Amino acid sequence: MERLLKLLEENARLSVEDLAAMLNQTPEAVAAQMDEYEKQGVIRGYKALVDWEKTGTDKVKAVIELRVRPKKSHGFDEIATAIASMREVQSVLLMSGGYDLQLIISGHSFQEIASFVAKRLSPLDDVLSTATHFVLRTYKKDGVAYGEEETDEREWVTQ
Amino acid sequence: MDYNKIIAPAAAAMRPSGIRKFFDIAAEMKDCISLGVGEPDFKTPWRIRDAGIKCLEKGKTTYTANAGLKELRQEISGYMQRRFGLQYDPVNEMLVTVGGSEAIDMCIRSLVQPGDEVIIPEPCFVCYQPITTLTGGVPVSVPLKAENEFRLTAEELQAAITPRTKLLVLPFPCNPTGAVMEKEHLEEIAQVLRGTDIMVLSDEIYCELTYGENRHVSIASLPGMAERTIVVNGFSKAFAMTGWRLGFACGPAPIIKVMTKLHQNCIMCAPTTSQYAAVVAMRECDEEVERMRQEYDMRRRLVLKRLAEMGLDCFEPRGAFYVFPSVASSGMTSEEFCEKLLYSHRVAVVPGTAFGDSGEGFVRISYAYSVRHLSEALDRMEAFLKEIRAQQA
Repeated sequence: MERLLKLLEENARLSVEDLAAMLNQTPEAVAAQMDEYEKQGVIRGYKALVDWEKTGTDKVKAVIELRVRPKKSHGFDEIATAIASMREVQSVLLMSGGYDLQLIISGHSFQEIASFVAKRLSPLDDVLSTATHFVLRTYKKDGVAYGEEETDEREWVTQ
Repeated sequence: MDYNKIIAPAAAAMRPSGIRKFFDIAAEMKDCISLGVGEPDFKTPWRIRDAGIKCLEKGKTTYTANAGLKELRQEISGYMQRRFGLQYDPVNEMLVTVGGSEAIDMCIRSLVQPGDEVIIPEPCFVCYQPITTLTGGVPVSVPLKAENEFRLTAEELQAAITPRTKLLVLPFPCNPTGAVMEKEHLEEIAQVLRGTDIMVLSDEIYCELTYGENRHVSIASLPGMAERTIVVNGFSKAFAMTGWRLGFACGPAPIIKVMTKLHQNCIMCAPTTSQYAAVVAMRECDEEVERMRQEYDMRRRLVLKRLAEMGLDCFEPRGAFYVFPSVASSGMTSEEFCEKLLYSHRVAVVPGTAFGDSGEGFVRISYAYSVRHLSEALDRMEAFLKEIRAQQA
C-alpha cells in the first residue's frame, strides 16, 4: 500500500472510491488502511499547498542555520523539541555538515523574523550561533512548481 | 492556375482527417479540456534527453547509415530478444525509421502492388488505409466488435481473405480501442495464416503499455510466423519520445532490404540525434518505462470506474492509453455526442468514427493526462450525461 501513500502525497483530495479504483482495491480496504496510517502517525495530516505570493499577503520566510551544544543525556533532542514548539517555526531538521539544526521560519515581516532570532532563538542557552537566510522566491515546494503553469502544447491528433 | 488539374488525383482523393475542423473549434474554445491527444503527457526521461544533448555537443550532426546506427540496431536486437523472445539480425533484418509511421509506409509500399488487398481491422489508427490506397492497393476493412473486446477473430479474418489478399495489418495493443490480443488469440490468427503467402504488418507501437496479467506477445514469436511478419515498433509511446520521430521495423531480410532501399530514397536516414538518444532508451530506461506504465494503469482504472458510474458501457481495455466507451445509451451518434459535449461542457473527446465506420457509437478517451485533468474532464462529462438523460426522461 505504499502506492496509496504516494498517491495521497500527490493529491490528498482524491475520494476513497477513486483511490480504490486506481489501486485495484476495495474502498473499504483503502479507508481502513488510511485510518491505520493516521493512527500510526505515518500520515501526519492533510493540508493545502498555498502560493501566498499570489494572494498578495505579506509573508516572509527565512532559513536559519543553528549551531547548538548537544546535551550529554539527550543529544540534540531537547533543544530541537524546544525550538519546534515555537509557533513561528515551520520546520526543524537535524543536519549533517557545517551546522546542526536547520529551521524554516515564517512571519509577516523581516523585522518580525529578526526579532524572533534576536529575542527568542539566540538567547537560548544551548544555541552557539545562528545564520539567517531570507527566502527571496519560491520556485518549487513539496514537489510542486510554483512558477507559471506549463501549457499543454500537444496537438489533438488521431495518432 | 487551376491546381485541381495539377495535383495528382490519388493524392487529392486521400481523405482528410474528418475531425480536424472539430479540433480547430475546440482549440479556439476558452477553458476547453481535451481528452483528445494520442501521445504521452510525460516528458522524455531525462537521461535520454541528456544523451541527445551530448550527441549535439560532440558534434555528431551527420547522417547515419541508411538502416540506422549500428549501435542502435544492436540494442534493438537485444531488446526484441529479451522482451519478446524474437531474434533479429541487426544487419539484415532491421531498419530504423522516422517513427513507426514511416515503417508502416515503407512496409506497405514494399509489399503492395495495384489490386492487392490489405486487410485492416477497424477501428484503427488512421494511416493504413490511405497508404494502401496510394500504392493502388485495396483496403479491406474488418469491423471489429465490442462483444469480442475489439479483437480480430479467426472467423473474421478467414471471411476477409481472398486470393488477392497480400497483407494483414495487425495493430495491437490498439489505438483507439485499447484492445490487446493475448497469445491464444494470436495463435488463432496464426493458424489461418500459416501455409499462405499472406504477410502480417504487426504494429506493436503500444507493446510496452499493457495492463493485464500477461505482457505483450508478438505474433512473430509464434511458430512459423517470423517469416511472414514485419514487426513495426518505435520509441514514441513507451519512452515518451513522440517528437524525436524514431521507430523501427524488423522482419525477413529480403523485405527489410527493399524497405531500406525505399527509405534510402525517401528519407536517407532517421534523425541522428534521436538515434543516439534511443541507444540510451534501450539500455537504461526499463525502470522509467515501468513507472509510466504503472501511472497509466492507475489512470485507466480511474477513468473506467468513473465511466461506469456515468452509465457508459465500456469493455476493459488492457493496452495503449485509451478507453473506448459506447455512447449509444445517450441516443446520439459519436459525432453528435462529441459536438454536444464540446459545446455544452467544453470537453473534447474523439468520435469513434474518426478511426473507421465501425467506430460509430463509440468515443475515444485518452488518459495521457494528469489525474487532476482527468477528474475535471470526467466531472464535466458526468454533468453532461445527467443533463442529456434528464432531457430524455
